[in-house]
Parts: sequence; structure tokens; C-alpha cells
Amino acid sequence: MNDFTYHAPTTLNEALAALGAEGAKVIAGGHSLLPVMKLNLAAPTDLVSLAGVPGLADIADGGDSVTVGAMCTHAQVAGSAIVQARIPALTAMADGIGDAQVRNAGTIGGSVAHNDPAADYPAACVALGATIVTDRREIHSDDFFQGMFMTPLEDDEVITAVRFPVPSRASYAKFANPASKYAIAGVMVAQGPAGVRVAVTGASGDGVFRVGEMEAALGESFSAEAVAGIAVSSDGMLSDTAAGAQYRAHLVAVMAKRAVAACG
Amino acid sequence: MSGNGTGIGASVKRKEDTRFLTGRGRYTDDINLPGQLYGHILRSPVAHADIGGIDTSAAMAAPGVHAVFTGKDMEGVGGIPTGWLIHSKDGSPMVEPAHPALALGKVRYVGDCVAIVVAETREQAKEAANLVDVDYRDLPAVASIEAAEANGAAQVFDEAPGNVCYDWEVGDRAATDAAFENAAHVVSIDVVNNRLVPNAIEPRAAIANFDPATSEYTLYTTSQNPHLVRLLLGAFVLGLPEHKLRIVAPDVGGGFGSKIPHYAEEAILTWTAGRLGRPVKWTCERIDAFKSDTHGRDHISTAKLALDADGKFLGLHVTTKANLGAYLSTFATCVPTYLYGILFAGPYTTPAVYCEVKSFFTNTVPVDALRGAGRPEATYLLERLVDKAAHELGMDRVEIRRKNFVREFPYQTPVALQYDQGDYDATLDLALDASDWAGFEARRAESAARGKLRGIGISTFIEACGIAPSAVVGSLGARAGLYESGSVRVHPTGSVSVFTGTHSHGQGHETTFAQIVSDMLGVDFDAVDVVHGDSAKIPFGMGTYGSRSLAVGGTAIYLAVEKVIEKGRKIAAHLLEASVEDIEFENGSFTVAGTDRSTSLGEVALTAYVPHNYPEGLEPGLEETAFYDPLNFTFPAGTHVAEVEVDPETGEVELVAVTGADDVGRVINPMIVAGQLHGGLAHGIGQALMEECVYQDDGQLATGSYLDYTMPRAADLPNFSINHNTTLCTHNPLGVKGVGEVGSIGIPPAVINAVIDALRPLGVNDMAMPATSQRVWQAIRQAQG
Ligand SMILES: Cc1cc2nc3c(=O)[nH]c(=O)nc-3n(C[C@H](O)[C@H](O)[C@H](O)COP(=O)(O)OP(=O)(O)OC[C@H]3O[C@@H](n4cnc5c(N)ncnc54)[C@H](O)[C@@H]3O)c2cc1C
Repeated sequence: MNDFTYHAPTTLNEALAALGAEGAKVIAGGHSLLPVMKLNLAAPTDLVSLAGVPGLADIADGGDSVTVGAMCTHAQVAGSAIVQARIPALTAMADGIGDAQVRNAGTIGGSVAHNDPAADYPAACVALGATIVTDRREIHSDDFFQGMFMTPLEDDEVITAVRFPVPSRASYAKFANPASKYAIAGVMVAQGPAGVRVAVTGASGDGVFRVGEMEAALGESFSAEAVAGIAVSSDGMLSDTAAGAQYRAHLVAVMAKRAVAACG
Repeated sequence: MSGNGTGIGASVKRKEDTRFLTGRGRYTDDINLPGQLYGHILRSPVAHADIGGIDTSAAMAAPGVHAVFTGKDMEGVGGIPTGWLIHSKDGSPMVEPAHPALALGKVRYVGDCVAIVVAETREQAKEAANLVDVDYRDLPAVASIEAAEANGAAQVFDEAPGNVCYDWEVGDRAATDAAFENAAHVVSIDVVNNRLVPNAIEPRAAIANFDPATSEYTLYTTSQNPHLVRLLLGAFVLGLPEHKLRIVAPDVGGGFGSKIPHYAEEAILTWTAGRLGRPVKWTCERIDAFKSDTHGRDHISTAKLALDADGKFLGLHVTTKANLGAYLSTFATCVPTYLYGILFAGPYTTPAVYCEVKSFFTNTVPVDALRGAGRPEATYLLERLVDKAAHELGMDRVEIRRKNFVREFPYQTPVALQYDQGDYDATLDLALDASDWAGFEARRAESAARGKLRGIGISTFIEACGIAPSAVVGSLGARAGLYESGSVRVHPTGSVSVFTGTHSHGQGHETTFAQIVSDMLGVDFDAVDVVHGDSAKIPFGMGTYGSRSLAVGGTAIYLAVEKVIEKGRKIAAHLLEASVEDIEFENGSFTVAGTDRSTSLGEVALTAYVPHNYPEGLEPGLEETAFYDPLNFTFPAGTHVAEVEVDPETGEVELVAVTGADDVGRVINPMIVAGQLHGGLAHGIGQALMEECVYQDDGQLATGSYLDYTMPRAADLPNFSINHNTTLCTHNPLGVKGVGEVGSIGIPPAVINAVIDALRPLGVNDMAMPATSQRVWQAIRQAQG
């Protein structure tokens, strides 16, 4: 790991100023960033921690939406009474991330910004139609997740919160990699103001994607039977020692069916 | 044996846990010596290449760097030796290529040691290692047995044509062939025993020092057997006399076999410390541990069983190919031979058994012992085959086993071993009862109602522990003896230090051995401490592996205590003015038989060290050493039952129940024995359902971290039902057998047999380890066409 300068700003403006330096990077929970730094796959010159910036770890009930601060840990979301009351699928999803240590350190902002193709939040964001709020703009999740590790964030841009519309029903079904516990196939199904959405993570080399055929079928009849017969193509699916492309495609279909069934 | 609250048979809490649970253990990495430097081992990133040249100048110029050494610098230093010479069928010795500690001219696996960079700090050494410029000229790699034996395959060593190390056999081939000619049924099977990464929680580490004042080297290292390291490193690699080489293996955080071998890093560090005249420390990172700790298993086998019309076994023929990796690690060659082929009688009376093993070099991490070492591989094959035979003959799985059990002891198997004692029906009955085998169909129906497939599987097995006697293993090619030493020092005021040549790295010897000694001597448990792991303190011993410590090392201690008592009787007789023959020893008192005249061990000890009033001609002091060379292996045995539930849609296997009924001989500490069984079961379940070391064809490790290599977690395991039926070992005085490897030997076939049982209704009749969800899903799909 290369040497770097560590910044601990206490306001968002200080953070943004520190991020102005070439090679600077935000650090939140560090659970994705530090491993890649240890492998010398990233070598930021400056790390800017958001831990001391006030107001980034709040969860607010906005009536038809819930806003989760970027620095909320997965454990915080999993344990939030507000989220549990309004979007229980989200608490369940957060509770299924990694293990207890990961949930106590990893943050929603970090997860979204990193856009790991096997992370859970991208599926939740896309299925629920979330909006990513940054220091300078709001980006709808449809425009945010641009493929594996790709987002429209600028180098010095900071996510401050994620705003989730409250769905009428939603559920997340995940098939975890037995070693890493990341998703091999994670499917969030939601029915809300924008209709039915089926978003898949973990499976595709392009990151989170929607399954239009299932959304259409569920729009007609919201039932597990409606999606049971719909196969997902293995083209473009990831393949590794735990799951080849065909198995992943199969699991997407099974998880989708189970998520729908769990919506009740 | 009094069996008091801390004596033999009592679940005493472990002495060592006070320091382990409060973070006060002293592991190798906790040790820091004044003036120490840090070494970083640069490892090969490629599986097979000629080294065109190595430019170390940039690394040498990096901040804090003191030295960079490569294979050229160490040229002339001895290679890393191997501990067992195997002969092929034709009588020729195995191919034993040189293993330079630092690669010389060629690298042969990803992880091979290429250079050591020594610097003021760990980070400086690691950073500078990135600046070492190695000109790798890639060669084609062979990363599997199939690749190694293919026509025209790349050669790992020029002197090993076809990459074969040896082609070995055991048993009577002609008699076995004859058995097949007369058979009513022949059942055959192909199995793969999956390669595993050992994953001790403490990574390997070493710190070496050279004291110019005494010319003495000291090496602190994460070893299961410090004297073995001293022998190999001193006599074979560096040419140092024993009295100038001290090996200390302090607290060690798990070994599972991976800390038996004498590793190249130990030689590199010690040599470097001598060159620099300063202590050098190295701690392996996890990612390097995956590619440098010896791996385990990795067999491909085909076997056939001949049966008569009633299902009685007539003959067994096993053909195995074993992967030894790129170099011969310390016990690499004996694991797939003398710890494998001789297990094939199992608990059965099969009159003719033949096993042939061809072992291959490949461009992969060297393979050595891993918990069970050879015996899990044999047990897995045999118990899969027996289940298959029951299925093909339409027999009950339990009955076919019962029909073939050995019931008369001692029993001479057709593959060298002689079982001294056992009761295989008893453990089978116990396991059937504890697992509610009879009630399984109701549970299967209940699962089916939830859309799940339930299966139950069994394995009945024996193992051979405490490999011995030395003369026999020597005649089979072992280059070391397999006895053990124990010293018992009764101090002047009656407390006791026990010195053992075994090494504890999780087994709880400090407690178990203290229980034995305090029970025998009638002294307080807290007055007995066990010393191990330091060649400067303990008598020469062979260390801990193969479930040998209690059966071999514990017996040595037992014999040393007997000698102490014997000498104590002489002193007591003198003090009590009686004849030695009349002195009885019990509960810490020497008594003149039939009288109330007695003296205590404490009195006797004090007299031994202050010999004012003392028997003429008797040496002062009360300290005795015994070396024990067993007459035979010990033979733990048992029955394991696994019950699984399979999700037919995803292929996920959930382990819902595990039952063990084991005969491990006399149990000294039931709690420690339960702990060993639990750990072994978890390990075996890991092999059966999760763990698999995968190499890509180019020799890159595809499962090189915990992102891809699945270790069993507590949440993956049900509560274990542990049961005992004890028969005593007949040839050691404590009647003990061994327990550390039982779980990893017995449970894998039970789990796979259960998975197959669950899937049979779908037409699935075979399953490879690990039975991952993907593998199960594929099998279901294939069966359904
Ligand atoms: C063993 C293990 C298992 C895991 N399992 C799962 C799993 O099952 N499912 C899952 O979804 N995830 C999993 N994770 C990932 C983890 O949950 C974290 O969410 C993830 O590491 C990112 O969050 P973080 O706070 O640690 O971000 P960091 O590692 O600190 O940062 C990640 C990236 O995001 C950027 N960043 C962070 N915060 C912001 C911000 N507010 N604005 C802009 N950029 C920002 C950083 O600069 C960096 O590029 C696992 C991680 C580990 C180590």
C-alpha cells in the first residue's frame, strides 16, 4: 500500500476542499476501498473521511419517501424503525449484507458509489427508483448505475444521501456466494408509483439490470406464477468458481420468483 | 487412577485458555528481538518459468533496505529435504529432485520463493520487493494430475519423465485379481478427493537470530514439531550442529498438518540472519498463505469391489493418482501411500485388497499432510463405494456394513495393519440410535411437504493413529523415528514440570498431560505445568501430527512418571526403614503395606534434593525421562451419520444433523475430546460441502482468497451429537487412541452419501466433493435430461 494523507474534515465544505486535490478519494467504511489499496489496485494520495461530517448518517421519513444518509452503516439501516416501518424489504436487504463486521462498517454511500456488480444496494435502488443525492445534484438510480464500478460521480463529488420512494410492496431475495457472502443473484422486486420493477444484482458483468419481461408479466398479474415460466438469458452473465453463467441465470429466475412470493 | 475432579476422565477447563482468551498468548509474531530487521519473501507470480535473470539493484537502493538475496546467493546451501523415501513397484526409488530454498534457474509454482528483501520495516521490505526485476521466461505449466500425465505434457523436472515421482503398490495383486474372478458382483466407482487449503488461523511466521558471541542460531517458528525442523534445517540444509541451533515454536494458532513441514522460509530466514548478523522477522500474509502453506488431498481414484451373492466383500482394487505439487514437502510422499493404501480394509473383513498409487509433480503448491492425511482420502473412497454396492445390490446400507465388520481381534488386514481392538457394531448401534435412523422416513416426508429433498448418509470407518513403531516405518522408508519423549521433573517442594516432545497448537496438551501426571502422582492439578515447543528445554521429540500426541507422547510421560514413582519408593523405603518391595504408592503417599506408616511425595522429593538421610548408592534428584516407541498404531473407529436437506431449485444443501459415535479409546478430558471432534467434523464438512482449491490451467490459483475459497462458518453447522463407545487400546498403558482427526476422516463420505440419498429420487447417483449448490443443481439438471 502506498503512503497517503488522511483527512478528517468536520464539515462538508472542508471535505470538498480536501477532495479538490488530484488523487484524493472519499473513504467511508473502507470495506471496499482498503482491500483494493492493499492489493495496489488503487493508490489514492489523499483519503478524506466523511466520518466527522455531521448530518450524513441520519434516516428521515419524508412521507412518500425515506431518505438514508450516505454514512449510514448497513447495520443502522437494518436496525432502523423508520425503514422497517416504511420499506421492510430494505431492512431485510441490509441485514443480509456480508457479516456483522461488514454491516457495522460498510455504508450505503460507499456501496452505491463503488457500484460493485455483486453489491446488494444497486438492486434496491433501481427497483425502488431511488434518487442519489450528492453535494451538487440529484441523480436518479436509472442514470446512476452505469455498469460494473461505473457511476456518473465526479472525482470530487460526495454522495450525501439516498432517497427511496416508499413502495406499496417490495421484497429482496438473495443467493449469496458461500465464501464472500456477496450476491451471486440478488433480485429486488418492487411495486410502487412507477409500476413494477425487477432489478437484479450479482449476476451480470454489466452490474445491476432490470428484467423487462418479468416486470411486464407482474404488471398484468402480480404473482409468483406470473414469473415462474420466464427464463433469463445467460448471455453476459458473470462466471466464477462458485457459479457459472447458466447457473446464475437460473438463480435469477428462482430468486425473482421467491421475491415476488415473499411480497405477499 | 483416582478420577478425581481434575484427574483422568474429568472435564477440566483448559489451563492454556487463560492466556488465549485474554489475548496473552505469545505467538511467533508477538516476539520482537532487539535490532531486528524484516524480511519479505518475493514469490513467483507465474506457475512455471525459467529465470532469465534477477536485477535487485533498484530494490537495494530503496529506503531502509539492508539486503536482497536470491537463489544465486544461497547456491551451495542444501536443498529442502523430504522425510520419506518411497519405492516404486519395480523397486526403484522415487524421483527426488532438488528443492532449493530460493528458486534457482526456474520457478515451479505460483508462490515459489524467489528472493528475500530485508529492510528496517515490514512495509519497506514489501515495497522494495516490488522493485526486484525478475526476467520470467514463461514455460507451459501443468496444474493438475490430468495435465501432468497427458502425452507431451510439460516437465516440472527433467529427471521425472511423465512428471511421475513414484508408482507404488500395497497388497496382494494376484489374490485380489482372483477374488474378482470368483465374484458374484463387481461394483466400481470413480472419485476425486478435492484439494484443500489448510487455513490455520495464525499465518506462518518466523524470526531468526544469530548470536556471534556463541555462534548459536535461534529460530522462532510456527511449527508443530520443533525438533524435526531442527533436524532437517540443521543437518540437511544449513549444516549446523544441533547444539548451535535452537528451534522455538511458541504458541501456535492451529496447524492441521500445514505446520509439520520444514519450509523454505525457515531456511531462508535463518541463513539470512547469519549473513546479516541481525535478527530477521517474517510474517506471512493471508494472501501468500493461500499460495505457500502446503495444500492437502488432491487425488483421482478409481476402485472396484468384488462381492459374493450375499454382499460379503471378497476383494478391493484401488488405483489412485495423487498430486504432490511442485516439490516434495516433508511428509508429502508418505501421505498418499503409507497413510492411505494401508487403510483400505476399513472396518471390514475384505480378504484381498490391492492399492496402487502413482504420484505426480505439478506446477502447484506442494501438497502435504492435512488433518487426517491420507486416511480421509481412503475412508471417503471406501465408504462411497460401500454405499454404491448396497445400492446396486439392492441391500440395506447398514446391513451391508454389518455383514462385513471385523469382529475378532487382533485382526490382521491384507494391507499390513493389525487392528488390536474394536467394537464396530457398538458404535454403529449407538449412531443409529442417536441419529434416529429408524425415524428418517417420517422426516423425509415432512421435508418433501415443504418442497425439500431430505437424505441421510452413513460412514463406518477406522483410522490409524500414532504411526509406529520406528523400526517398521524405517523399513518402509521413513527417515525419522516415530517415538516420543517425556520428562517429569518433581521439584524439591513437590510441584512438577513436565517436558514433552509433542507440540500443542490447539489440542490442549497443557491440560490433558497435567491431568495424567497429577492423577498418577496425586499432586494438585495446578502444581503441574507442561513445557513444550523449545528444543533448548525439552528432550528430543517428534512433535504433533497424526493424532499421536496422547497415544505416543502421553505414554512417554506416563512411563516417566512410573520411573519417578519407582525411585520415590526407594527413597520412601529408606525414610520409613522398610524394604522397597513393601512400599505402596497411592494418592501422593508412600505407605508401608499393611501399616499406617507413610510419607508424602513432597517429603520424598525434598529428600531427593537434600539427600542428608538417603539410600546409599542412589542418585539424588527426582527427575526421569522416558522415550516410548509404540508397538503398533492405535485404531480409533466409529460411525458418522449426516442428514441433509436439499433445495431442488437452487441445489443448496443444508446440513441438518450430524451424529458421531466414536471409539477414541480412554478419554482423559471429555470436554477437550468434544472440542477436537467438533473441530474435525467442521473440517470434514468443509471438505464435503464447501472447500475446494481450484487452479486455472495456467497454474494461477483461482481460489486464492476468502472471496472464493469457502471455509465452514458456525452458522453452516448444526449442533453435533457426540457419542462414545470405548474399547481400550491394548498396547499402551493408558488405553488411549487419538481423536484429533476423527471428524475430518469420518464425516465427508457420510455427508456425500446423504446428498446422494436425497437426490436418488431424481435419478442422481453420484456427487463430487464439495457438493456446492452449483454442482448439485447441475447433477439434478443432468439427471432430468
Ligand atoms: C467480507 C465482505 C463482505 C461483503 N459482503 C457484501 C454483501 O454481501 N453485499 C454488499 O452489498 N456489499 C458487501 N460488502 C461491501 C460492503 O458492504 C460495503 O458496502 C462496501 O465495502 C462499500 O462501503 P464502504 O462504506 O466500506 O465504502 P468505502 O470502502 O469506504 O468506499 C468505497 C468507494 O466508494 C467511495 N465513497 C464512499 N463513500 C462515498 C460517498 N459518500 N460519496 C462518494 N463516494 C464515496 C470511495 O471513495 C470508494 O471509492 C462486503 C465487504 C466485505 C469486506
